[in-house]
Amino acid sequence: MTLSASHKIVITFSIGPQRLAIPATDLREIIDPLPTTRVPGAGDFAPWVVNVRGAVLPLGDLRLPLGINDPNPAERPEDARRFLVLEAIIGGEATTVTVMADIVHEVATIPLKSIEQLPANSMWPSEFIEGLFKGPEGEFVLIPDLSAIFTAMAQRAAVA
Amino acid sequence: MSDDLIAVFQEELAELLESLERGLVDLQENPEDAGLINQVFRDLHTVKGSGAMFGFTDLAAFIHDFETAFEKVRAGDVPVTPELVRLGLAARDQIPGLVNGDPDPNGDRVAILDALRDLTSGVATDVVVAEDTVVIEARQSDAPSVLWFRLSDDALALGARPDIILSELKDLGATQITADLSRIPSLDDLNADQCYVAWQMQLPAGVSPSDVEDVFMFADAEWTLTPTEVVETVEADEIDDLLAEAPSLDAPSPAATQPKTEKAVAAPAAEPAASIRVPAARLDALMDSVGELVTVEARLTELARHSRDPALLSTAEEVTRLSARLRDATMTMRMVPMRTLVSRFRRLILGLSSDLGKPVEFVVDGEDTELDKTVIEKLADPLVHILRNAIDHGMEDPAARAQTDKDKVGCIELSAKHVGGEVHIIVRDDGRGMSPEKIRAKAIERGLISSEAQLTNGQVFALVLEPGFSTAETVTELSGRGVGMDVVRRTIEGLRGVIEIDSKLGLGTTVTLRLPLTLAIIDGLLIEVADERYTLPMSSVKEIFELPLDKRTASRNGDYLDIRGQFVPFVRLRRLFDCAGDPPTEQNVVVVEAGDARVGIVVDRIIGTNQTVIKQVSKLQQGARAISGATILGDGTVSLIVDVAQLLAMSGPLIEPKKEVAA
Repeated sequence: MTLSASHKIVITFSIGPQRLAIPATDLREIIDPLPTTRVPGAGDFAPWVVNVRGAVLPLGDLRLPLGINDPNPAERPEDARRFLVLEAIIGGEATTVTVMADIVHEVATIPLKSIEQLPANSMWPSEFIEGLFKGPEGEFVLIPDLSAIFTAMAQRAAVA
Repeated sequence: MSDDLIAVFQEELAELLESLERGLVDLQENPEDAGLINQVFRDLHTVKGSGAMFGFTDLAAFIHDFETAFEKVRAGDVPVTPELVRLGLAARDQIPGLVNGDPDPNGDRVAILDALRDLTSGVATDVVVAEDTVVIEARQSDAPSVLWFRLSDDALALGARPDIILSELKDLGATQITADLSRIPSLDDLNADQCYVAWQMQLPAGVSPSDVEDVFMFADAEWTLTPTEVVETVEADEIDDLLAEAPSLDAPSPAATQPKTEKAVAAPAAEPAASIRVPAARLDALMDSVGELVTVEARLTELARHSRDPALLSTAEEVTRLSARLRDATMTMRMVPMRTLVSRFRRLILGLSSDLGKPVEFVVDGEDTELDKTVIEKLADPLVHILRNAIDHGMEDPAARAQTDKDKVGCIELSAKHVGGEVHIIVRDDGRGMSPEKIRAKAIERGLISSEAQLTNGQVFALVLEPGFSTAETVTELSGRGVGMDVVRRTIEGLRGVIEIDSKLGLGTTVTLRLPLTLAIIDGLLIEVADERYTLPMSSVKEIFELPLDKRTASRNGDYLDIRGQFVPFVRLRRLFDCAGDPPTEQNVVVVEAGDARVGIVVDRIIGTNQTVIKQVSKLQQGARAISGATILGDGTVSLIVDVAQLLAMSGPLIEPKKEVAA
């Protein structure tokens, strides 16, 4: 009870070399990659749809909004890839979306006070990052602001 | 009071307000209709009752005064006048504010009530009292009357207390109370939870039906109040009326925590059709499940076919039949009659007609035509727009009409009917009509078409739906037509519908909306391009043939096919959708049609037809304009549904020389 007030439960995963964390409350499920269907003209953020138990969901790629550059995509083991099914608010509307992850690490309980603001002149797009904390190996783990990302991407799609 | 109950109240209130509005507007046309007056009265009473029950005391007090005014109308003391209807509507409009607890800084509410009171008081003596009115009058106050009542079968179980009812009636002055024991069954059949006794009693003069109604507020009972002295003079059919009316005067359901679920009965509740109110979200969830079932059923059928096992095949067949039945039943549940929209329109026309000084008769045909509830909801705004245009711009003023030998009163007709798998909603006015030449000239001036373009009349009228066809500078015959008409078109196309305009100069304009029956499931044609499978709505597919060899490579003069002497443009889906790889040697052309325009779509392969459960694509993918939705195939993969209307727009049909795509 007091834990939820002082701690945040997150799922950590990696896209390329970057470790990310999202609140467990935003995550609906983690699934093995599904066959994808290309949506012509949908833009580069969410160019596919997948069938998650009868619902057609967009499949997004967080690389683009977060500016993640993966120099060696071939090194990521194929069988570790997962799709994360997430709940996000797009333009005020609750929506279910999926994003790709190269590997999912663990469920972690993070003390709220260990979460820091993004430093002012960081390489990350500040509008899409809620905060960051130090991971087990001393690397930075980013907490993306999913609703901000998806809302911005939806607006981008609207004017495309 | 829990939020759930408040929500139920709000929902019920919305319905009652709609019914009240409809009743008042209809009264304008049929001021003598006692049924309508009673309906208005009942609606008011129910709003008052449930409002008070939910603690909206201001609302209850307001409606009480409102009701008092209408009580006089019901008693026949005061005739129904346009002014009364106007005040009634104004009072009705105050109700949502009262529920929300909005303040009334200008004292509008008091002013409306005062005006109503002024209008309904002191008039009685001026009115020439018709003979039958005397009867009603007498029935209500001057004569003692006989009350007979019987509790409904389950009233006791729901907490009604006959002893309390009787003592309340006694307080009203009831005498000679006798019990009617005729219905008491033999001991074996007696159900201890049921009240079999009915009561009859004399009520003194001055007791009105509404007093009695108050007694039965919380008990589900059947009752009649008959004046004693005038019984002989009452016509037999009047008694029938009275009896028919009695059940609908039922007080709200006795379980105080559970407000009435049936609509305030518009028609005498002679044959009460049982109905249940279900939250729309549950229907949507059901529809989703049925959609999945249809998908699974397709997969099962495919497996069965491969297995060639007769037992499995027959089971699959059974499942197919059942799921089709289930699908139809579910879709029927989502259907709502047009009537729910029409009352709003009546009022709009009434208001506009008096504001603009153009008397108009509004004729509605096919109010019972049913449409998917999502379609109905989205239709309201476009129809308001079209109707407003019809009266504002289409209709001439009375003087101009007189000059052209037209009836001074214009006519606007709204009709709805089922045509095959579509619903056609038609708005017809007998106004001044539009001139194709003027529209054409203007479209050329606006750069919407080239001056050489060969257009049919239908295509010319369709130009007023173009976003660029603004009416900043007005051409007399068209003034204003086109303001926002592009929005109307977009909404209708969003519903996978088509909008058609026809007009005869001087005679009027007809706008036809052709809409699919449902948004949930369509018949699709599954096609393949570069190993990707897409679905085309079968309703727009006109024909399919092989692509002639000489058309395999793009021509510099544009891609056209000669179909029985007609030139039809075609697009290559491979190129439009940016597919990788080379086309196969044999390709097919699917000719699709939307509105008056036709276009051929070149695809690699036709796979077949399928039942397509439409799923929306996310906002994240709204950049994909040529896609209107998605569906799940038998093997679980997703196939996208091609938006034919958009594809036509994108392929640059004859009327759209610009490369730009209309959003």
